[in-house]
Amino acid sequence: MRTIFFLLQKEFLQIFRNRSMLRIILIIPIVQLVILSNAANYEVKDLSIDVVDHDLSSWSRRLTHKLTASGYFRLNRQTFDREDGFRDLQRDQADIVLVIPPHFERDLVREDKVTLQLLVNAINGSKAGLANAYAGSIIRDFNRNIRTEWLALDERNGPPVIAVTFSNWYNTRLDYKIFMVPGILVVLVTMIGAFLSGMNIVKEKEIGTIEQLNVTPIRKHHFILGKLIPFWIVALFELAFGLLVGKLVFSLPMAGSLWLVFLFAAVYLWVMLGMGLLISTFTETQQQAMFIAWFFVIIFMLMSGLFTPVENMPHWAQVITWFNPIAYFVKVIRMVLLKGSGWADIQFFLLVMLGYALVMNGIAIWNYRKTS
Amino acid sequence: MRQFFVFARKEFYHIFRDKRTLLILFGMPVVQIILFGFAITNEIKNADIAVLDQSRDYYSTRLVQKLTAGGYFRIDRRLQSHRTIEDAFREGRIKMAVVIPPEFGQSFFHLKKAQVQLLADAGDPNTATTLINYASSIIGNYQQELNGQTQLPLTIDTTVTMQYNAALKSVFLFVPGVMTLILLLVSAMMTSITIAREKELGTMEILLVSPLPPPLIVLGKVVPYIVLSFINALMILALGVFLFGMPIRGSMVLLLMECVLFVLTSLSLGILISTVTDKQQTAMMASMMGLLMPTTLLSGFIFPIESMPLPLQWLSNLMPAKWFIIILKDIMLKGAGLEVIWLQTLVLCGMTLLFVAMSIRNFKTRLS
Amino acid sequence: MQPIVTNALTKKFGDFTATNAITFEVKQGEIFGFLGANGAGKTTAMRMLCGLLRPTSGEARVAGYDVYTQADKVKRNIGYMSQRFSLYEDLKVKENIRFYGGIYGLGNEAIREKTRQLLQKLEMEAEADLLVSALPLGWKQKLAFSVAILHDPSIVFLDEPTGGVDPITRRQFWDLIYEAASRGVTVFVTTHYMDEAEYCDRVSIMVDGRIQALDTPRQLKAQFGADSMDDVFLKLARGK
Repeated sequence: MRTIFFLLQKEFLQIFRNRSMLRIILIIPIVQLVILSNAANYEVKDLSIDVVDHDLSSWSRRLTHKLTASGYFRLNRQTFDREDGFRDLQRDQADIVLVIPPHFERDLVREDKVTLQLLVNAINGSKAGLANAYAGSIIRDFNRNIRTEWLALDERNGPPVIAVTFSNWYNTRLDYKIFMVPGILVVLVTMIGAFLSGMNIVKEKEIGTIEQLNVTPIRKHHFILGKLIPFWIVALFELAFGLLVGKLVFSLPMAGSLWLVFLFAAVYLWVMLGMGLLISTFTETQQQAMFIAWFFVIIFMLMSGLFTPVENMPHWAQVITWFNPIAYFVKVIRMVLLKGSGWADIQFFLLVMLGYALVMNGIAIWNYRKTS
Repeated sequence: MRQFFVFARKEFYHIFRDKRTLLILFGMPVVQIILFGFAITNEIKNADIAVLDQSRDYYSTRLVQKLTAGGYFRIDRRLQSHRTIEDAFREGRIKMAVVIPPEFGQSFFHLKKAQVQLLADAGDPNTATTLINYASSIIGNYQQELNGQTQLPLTIDTTVTMQYNAALKSVFLFVPGVMTLILLLVSAMMTSITIAREKELGTMEILLVSPLPPPLIVLGKVVPYIVLSFINALMILALGVFLFGMPIRGSMVLLLMECVLFVLTSLSLGILISTVTDKQQTAMMASMMGLLMPTTLLSGFIFPIESMPLPLQWLSNLMPAKWFIIILKDIMLKGAGLEVIWLQTLVLCGMTLLFVAMSIRNFKTRLS
Repeated sequence: MQPIVTNALTKKFGDFTATNAITFEVKQGEIFGFLGANGAGKTTAMRMLCGLLRPTSGEARVAGYDVYTQADKVKRNIGYMSQRFSLYEDLKVKENIRFYGGIYGLGNEAIREKTRQLLQKLEMEAEADLLVSALPLGWKQKLAFSVAILHDPSIVFLDEPTGGVDPITRRQFWDLIYEAASRGVTVFVTTHYMDEAEYCDRVSIMVDGRIQALDTPRQLKAQFGADSMDDVFLKLARGK
């Protein structure tokens, strides 16, 4: 036990003495958390619209006004020339172009039917879908209004309707930040806690001090623990600090028990620490270790459901995420913080993590023994 | 000049001798682009939902059938009471719950108004909004179907054209971003680390006392990586086109030139990082922490820039990736020429020059 | 019981035999020089004795413990200083001493006392709070040696300890070694410097994994009819 104490003391001294490392560990992640959480937002607002109005009648003007007054659309340009609309689409000046044909009002009355044209920039498919849905519902609404006005109809004489009401649970204001903050925090904690530890062992290999340690009576598991525990502590501290910042800056809800979050994090970090250890056993230089660590961090991060839901992935990709520790932690931290999920809901995930932690550290230690 | 080639050749030897690193340099982008190209998508398929159907008549059953028919929704479970809804959400599987109150058909035909309630897990606001939109439009269609095809007076029809991406494939949105991200990170990280490594091992000093002028030394280190990164860019481009069906509607020559430009930008960024850090570990952490997250989040790769708060929109202008993503999308998807993307090209040129100038300055102050 | 006893100690890496059945004994308090060209098998032999490598065959007992089964006890009773610098550059002098003292199980009081003695002996009291990276190389080597014998091991292994050090510092370094030997510490040292071989009580010379000669420097010179250890070494090395 005393040996571990001395190892820990040494590691902490080394960590805290390295100023630039300290900045990377403590300040950059928090700054990123605060800034980047604001960036992660799919919310579609202020869609810019070009209206090509060939009619310029009172109804076409009313439709234009209804669109811009809805709060979803911002009028970018009103024009007579379709080409203007196309050009704006190409230059990303407009997201959507509405073309109102000549004699829109007259034909609507005389022939009971006119066709509007809607051009949507569809490179961003989900945005295009939303733009289309918003525009469609406004146009339908407009249609219903003028119909009842023109025919002097009573609403109740219309056809039966299915009234759809909806409510957004757990996040009524559809605040994207409270969705992103926990996820980004997971990635930051992972990068710090897990990959620095592996790198640290490789560093001792590279500068040769590991030789010296090997002839001392330090036991292998003491050495490993001495290397991993400091980063485990730093990472947990970072998580606590990040949650505090999230609470203060973003009013992050904490519906569930924070103990559960930390319990899960404690186990999760051992998976990642074990992975760092494993990487350190089959790399000789920090460069190699970093490349490999980096490769996995990116894959883990982008396939964790952090930015795009796991459920949207093709099945084979979802299978891959079963082996992605970040995916578990991102899911659990969101469940607990946002929905207040409890022990019963997360125990399966915790068990999986525990399994991975054992397997990962088992392989790493076995490999570590073999190579030294 | 001869010395320079000798030097560049040494650098090539370094790279090609180290099989492991080589595998990483070329294998990594391929694996990543394949994984991300398929996996990063906003297209909703088979979202798990829970259904609480309290009327269980013919019409409500058909409504549920309609919901699941399109491939958007999949029924994870049927609930018996309101109280179980919350538990279902907490378990973390379902994304939305559909509640159909009693006597659905009855109300529709006699009261001319039936209720359906959609409860979405807005923990993920984007998915929640999209699911509600999908479900509403399916229910809307069902309503029309129940009403029959009676032609109403004064009907406004809308024909919708989805420009540039008729199938609404999210591949077109994300693949340019994936290409940019990987190219940027691999290029920037490669140079920053090799130079930092040379410093750490002390071999940099040996090179600096050689008769070659320092800028030439750095150039010699970088030339092989320009070649490698360009090969990487070609591979990534080829994967984008052949695997993901990205079109190249604009000029191929222009596209390749822009790729070279972006490779240069990334490499000069890497050099800049290496001039401000001494240790490999720091260089690596700087490129990982400093580049990875900001680039992913601020470049418009995943999250649209126009949704960000204004200060972040300004900040996003500092991301080289942002400009290249626009260039890629414009050339490949919109068939734009230089007259459309001259500004972005100019910005990238300016950034490259700036990075190089700053590196040279840092380099000089270090030497004196 | 001799501090180091080996019998036909052999290490093979695949087809390559790094050390081929070496047999020797080292006496208590002796300075034992272990010489050989690069690749002759010195380091491999030393690593086996320190418990870092498992021998392929043969026997070895260090400080009375078997290197196969009691590697832990061996480690507890030896000091080791590798050719690569073994202190942490980003720790202070004091902190390095404390760390190594701690992992050898010294108590806090003992560590404090040892630190004081050590700094006094090396005349480095003023530098106790400096980072090791700020010390000149010669000082670092002396410090590393002192740290290696901090826990009073009965044997200390030195792997080319004076590489890259100026002659004056080397002299001072050897004074430290003599001083340790006079206290009964057995010193096992590999070196490239033939003048250092003259300082040893006995010297063994390895060629191609075998010990080709083992005796006092004086006897070796007589045996090979040479003026200096340099000549002895060259004759042996060429003789193959």
